[in-house]
Amino acid sequence: MKTDDLVAMLATGATAAPRRAAGRRLALALLAGLPLSFAILFTEYGLRRDLVQAMFWPMFWVKVLFPLCIAAAAFVMAQRLARPGVPVRRAWIGIAVPVLAVWAMAALAWFNAPAEERMPLLMGESWRVCAVSIGLMALPVFAAALLALKGLAPTRPALAGAAAGALAGGVGAAVYALHCMELTAPFLAVWYVSGIALPVLVGAVLGPRLLRW
Amino acid sequence: MDSSRRTSDAEAALRSLFLRGLDGDAAAYREFLQKLSAHLRAFLGKRLFGWPDEVEDLVQECLLAMHNQRHTYQSDQPLTAWVHAIARYKMIDLLRAKSAREALHDPLDDDLAVFAESAIEASDARRDLGGLLQTLPERQRLPIVHVKLEGLSVAETASLTGMSESAVKVGIHRGLKALAARLRSKAP
Repeated sequence: MKTDDLVAMLATGATAAPRRAAGRRLALALLAGLPLSFAILFTEYGLRRDLVQAMFWPMFWVKVLFPLCIAAAAFVMAQRLARPGVPVRRAWIGIAVPVLAVWAMAALAWFNAPAEERMPLLMGESWRVCAVSIGLMALPVFAAALLALKGLAPTRPALAGAAAGALAGGVGAAVYALHCMELTAPFLAVWYVSGIALPVLVGAVLGPRLLRW
Repeated sequence: MDSSRRTSDAEAALRSLFLRGLDGDAAAYREFLQKLSAHLRAFLGKRLFGWPDEVEDLVQECLLAMHNQRHTYQSDQPLTAWVHAIARYKMIDLLRAKSAREALHDPLDDDLAVFAESAIEASDARRDLGGLLQTLPERQRLPIVHVKLEGLSVAETASLTGMSESAVKVGIHRGLKALAARLRSKAP
């Protein structure tokens, strides 16, 4: 087929294309994945019993909001990476700042605590399950976001996959925070950040394989 | 500076055609694709001068990719940047497939250059898209043949093939994507 014939073929019957598809499809992915994350929370984990009371503690909100900030920044990054030729600009700062803030809070708590209380601050009661649980909660959003990216045009697939992972990890951690009893900054700084980093790494590895177009 | 002037003129002209095309104006879209293919031919020809035979194949692959992903263009972005990013992505894909990275003679990074020149003369593509089209399953091939090649409407194609109208549209969409995937895997 000659190129002119291809041009004619592509143009014939071409209908209007959807606008702002990147943001919309990623938002749809979020809407599709989030109920499933909550389903996992309710069926496998359950809300923490003192949830209403916990809402009066600032640390509870740190635990919910720092992953949500990461998810928001990752959303912006992913929808930029999904469009060819669009620079990511400073969206990554929105991921770095919450992580650094939690690390700073953790360092403060760690050095202010007497030596024998430090390990309990860090390990809490649930360090074994925390990161994996966050990864599990992140899974539905992660899969949906990768699917959305697949229908778009990421030219840097590893980075795009990582951004999808950060979006999913942030959402997953915020959902898991409704179950988790831990309230110390060192715990968040290590186990929550690990839980979010898990889908980021998986996304960076899977991106180049799954997101070719 | 003459070249940068020509580039910005081309950007404006192509962009307005493309935007009309995105709104469903098929004639403007066709003109856009025609001009775009000339620019791509010059841009890729210059960078792939080691393999003149690959140029037309890559032009076609880029056109198909840009058509399939046209929903990722937003009007707040320079068209040059979008086109360049896709052409570059497809070119790197090809070079990687040939595992000939050392053959990158020319920097790939000046995105102003995409529209700087145009080459109207098409050499023959080596890969036969028409032949690849025959390998698609019927539910994708028939909608493409009737709507995109014969110019029938979606409704006419639906009654001709006994498919529903939405199946015809989905068939076109998936078929063109499958065609792009086959072009990619056929990269020599």
